Amino acid sequence: MTSPPIPGSTATPAANPSPSPAAAPQPVRPTLAELFIAFATISLSGFGGVLAWSRRMMVEERKWLTPEQFNETYALCAFLPGGNIINFSVIFGLRIRGAAGSAVAVAGLMGPPVLLVMFVGAIYAHYGDVPALRRMLTGVAAAAVGLLVATVAKMAQPLFRSSTITAPLISLATFISIGIVHWPLPLVLMVIVPVSIAVAWARL
Amino acid sequence: MKADGSTYLSLAGFFAVLSLFAIGGGNSAVPEMHRYAVDVQHWLTDQQFGDTFALAQLTPGPNLIIVALIGYHVAGVLGAVVTISAMCGPSCVFAFFIGSAAERFRGMVWHNVLSRALIPVTLGLTASSAAVIATTADYNWIAAAITLATALTAYFMRVHPLWAFAVAALLGACGLI
Repeated sequence: MTSPPIPGSTATPAANPSPSPAAAPQPVRPTLAELFIAFATISLSGFGGVLAWSRRMMVEERKWLTPEQFNETYALCAFLPGGNIINFSVIFGLRIRGAAGSAVAVAGLMGPPVLLVMFVGAIYAHYGDVPALRRMLTGVAAAAVGLLVATVAKMAQPLFRSSTITAPLISLATFISIGIVHWPLPLVLMVIVPVSIAVAWARL
Repeated sequence: MKADGSTYLSLAGFFAVLSLFAIGGGNSAVPEMHRYAVDVQHWLTDQQFGDTFALAQLTPGPNLIIVALIGYHVAGVLGAVVTISAMCGPSCVFAFFIGSAAERFRGMVWHNVLSRALIPVTLGLTASSAAVIATTADYNWIAAAITLATALTAYFMRVHPLWAFAVAALLGACGLI
């Protein structure tokens, strides 16, 4: 049997293989157990975001996806609501092994870190008032803010290089209403997202 | 903290809705979590929220596990399970159905429009997360210097985030923050 179609495969289902040379070696189809272990491993090796790790494992080590398939699947997940990597596990699991694949991939991704984080929470509940621990966590939070600032700067570059002012204005409006005024997220998004879509549509 | 049925209900309801509004990944939803957990429900203080965010950064796994930590703080193990399930459930079901239909949608115009429309919003939300966490942390000039140094290092070099966290934690342990 050939592999089932995988999201982002350059064109068509497996019955009509794509001519792209990158897709030439058929991706390997993992079992449910392999799926679980893969996503648990990705999850536990990824500090501060797991994208880089998932790419390395899926594309380079296990060759379950070609780079093109990975990029396309990830692009789809990036604009779905919820965690990008969680959506990735849902869709990848689905394509490989149907609903069971989805469930197993999500369980692998979320199960181990949730257990771990409860352990961390229990320690914090006991020692959270120790001044040295507090200061260490404040330091980590300060560093994490720095990482977010760097992410914002990287995202802003292509946005602000384009000649139109609308995209930066939408970013600014979002920042003021959520980050400064602290309005509820659903209300803000229900106004800003349609506006942003209208602008993107008009500039097609 | 004592948790009763209504606490679990609030946790489940809030995070289930947030699940479908968390565009651009876990960090985009942090300001809304702070607004609800600290300002509306008073489940955590500002300081505790900042600590929770830091602990989630130090734990391997998707950024979204911060919600399990919030749930644990509010209502123990069951609270963590209720919270993470509510946060993942709706968006996973949504992704499942989109994933099933994605072959049909691929290459369509709205895909392009939607991704272009959401990038500036995600940018604003990520900046908001930085602002909200910065206000919860007790900043002195050394903490501010850590933020600046981390931002510059992460922007100009490829450095693993754990290094930044380790240096920052060490400075904190030495009593400099």
